Amino acid sequence: MQAGLSFEQLTNDEKHQHFMDRINRGEKIEADDWMPDDYRTSLIRLISMHGISEIMGALPEKEWVPKAPSLHRKLAIMAKVQDEMGHGQLLLRVAEDLMAPLGKTREDIMQDLFSGRLKFHNVFHMEAPTWGDAGMIAWLVDGAAIISQSMMLDSSYGPYARALKRICAEEVFHAQHGESIILALAEGTPEQRALLQDSLNRWWKSLIMFFGPKSAKETGNSNADKNIMYKIRTKTNEDLRQEFFTKYIPRIWALGLTIPDETIHFDEETRMWVYEDVDWKEFKQIVSGNGPRSQDRLDLRRRSYDSNGWVRDALAAQKAI
Amino acid sequence: MNTESMHQQERTELKELIYQLADDDFILAYRGSEWLGLAPHIEEDVAFSSINQDMMGHASMYYHLLEDLGEGDADRIAHLRKPEEFRNAILLEMVNGRGTYLDKPDYDWAFAVVRNYFYAIHKQVRLESLRVSSYEPLANAAKKIMMEQYYHLMHWEIWFKQLVTSTDDARQRMLIAVDKVWKEFGGVLTLGPSYGEFVKAGLIEDEPLLKKRWLNRIEKVFKETGIELAGEPAIESGNGRKGEHTPDLAEALATLSEVYATNPASGW
Ligand SMILES: [Fe+2]
Ligand SMILES: [Fe+2]
Repeated sequence: MQAGLSFEQLTNDEKHQHFMDRINRGEKIEADDWMPDDYRTSLIRLISMHGISEIMGALPEKEWVPKAPSLHRKLAIMAKVQDEMGHGQLLLRVAEDLMAPLGKTREDIMQDLFSGRLKFHNVFHMEAPTWGDAGMIAWLVDGAAIISQSMMLDSSYGPYARALKRICAEEVFHAQHGESIILALAEGTPEQRALLQDSLNRWWKSLIMFFGPKSAKETGNSNADKNIMYKIRTKTNEDLRQEFFTKYIPRIWALGLTIPDETIHFDEETRMWVYEDVDWKEFKQIVSGNGPRSQDRLDLRRRSYDSNGWVRDALAAQKAI
Repeated sequence: MNTESMHQQERTELKELIYQLADDDFILAYRGSEWLGLAPHIEEDVAFSSINQDMMGHASMYYHLLEDLGEGDADRIAHLRKPEEFRNAILLEMVNGRGTYLDKPDYDWAFAVVRNYFYAIHKQVRLESLRVSSYEPLANAAKKIMMEQYYHLMHWEIWFKQLVTSTDDARQRMLIAVDKVWKEFGGVLTLGPSYGEFVKAGLIEDEPLLKKRWLNRIEKVFKETGIELAGEPAIESGNGRKGEHTPDLAEALATLSEVYATNPASGW
């Protein structure tokens, strides 16, 4: 920046250059700093989707909270699901700060969710019909989330990086809670083991999908590339999926479980896992609100939004006084 | 007092009292957990689920006291008793509203606030008395629980006062909920048929005394918020302390033991 010239007097290109220099130096961008519009919109898209996924993600597990099979498990799953709601809250606040200059609020986020404009993670559109799923979600879905969130711990956007730091610390406990459920089932009766295998069969494809397509080719979407350019994220979808395989496939096998993909193996030459890819059109269908439980879960949130309308009105009236 | 020096009769009374304490917290925490994801806003979802988790923890502490008193495995006690063996007040087992937690829930936040607030006041009064109980493990548990209970009480008090002094609609809904809770709250305040024995053994103070303390606190809040006191709270649907319950409890128990009951002997 030239001496004597205030930041406001710079042209947009110069501001942009200044901004890119900052992130390339590893500096953190804060909520009130100048940022390019597409950086802001990328962040809003990413963080509100992440936040709303935490909240919608509480719903499949919520189905098992009252039914958890011991006092200890009841307490643990209550704590876990509470954390997820807390993550949602934390992230929506980060998103709200970014949306404020655009005149948008939490209300817009909720309305976008209801209308289907705001999407949430594919995994939370799926059914969780058994207690095995409660374990599988906490173990492998949270495990997958840890991998993709840890990558962004060094995100160029400071408030997101700080929120993720807290979230990742809690996610570790979630994965442990999940692993503990899984171990109990794996060491249990033949029926319990069957419950577990059944659940893995059900979740495998969704776990592959969780990381997103290999490249923009599959969905015609280049958000991931832009996020890398802006140092919001540092790895590709496929990098993350491979990391997940490396961490979890040996553990799954060690439990004596079968992965429902006969082709899966580690290729020593390429140092990559080879696996059967999923149908990315199906993925698109699911996240567009056409998964097996998408509408039921959205309906649950809409319903509570409607039946609590009077509470929102009452609180707003109180504030006005 | 410890378990060795206790007579058979005293032991029975002690267990009877702990069942009441445990079942009250257990069932209300269960009802609270059904609210998860459905509270009026995300911040409340977080706070409410934290309260429910604490309350479930309190129930678990009490069930473990019962386990120590020879009642068998705490999980079995919590999950496998028949409805008529439960000693919770009927108010606490009542459903949250129409629908179920999985299917078209149409839950009533006014009822949730009033039920939890009135119960939190009673729980506070009860704990203050249990803190000096002659049965030391119970007194110790009460001291631990009180540390968390204080925040629960504050939480519900804020909600209660906010909603009864806000819009006409909100006040109306809250007053309807107060009525509904009032009709059953006698069932929470009673210590059941053996309360005389509890008092004699120094386990807890006299029922009328605890009731009076609760009423005094309620009266103060009512005065502040302009609500008229409608005499003594009633026990319309039956006395849970005697094992009288509604189908709501049977349904709750079927849900909360669904997985455990498939194989209680197995590790979960
Ligand atoms: Fe989370
Ligand atoms: Fe998690």
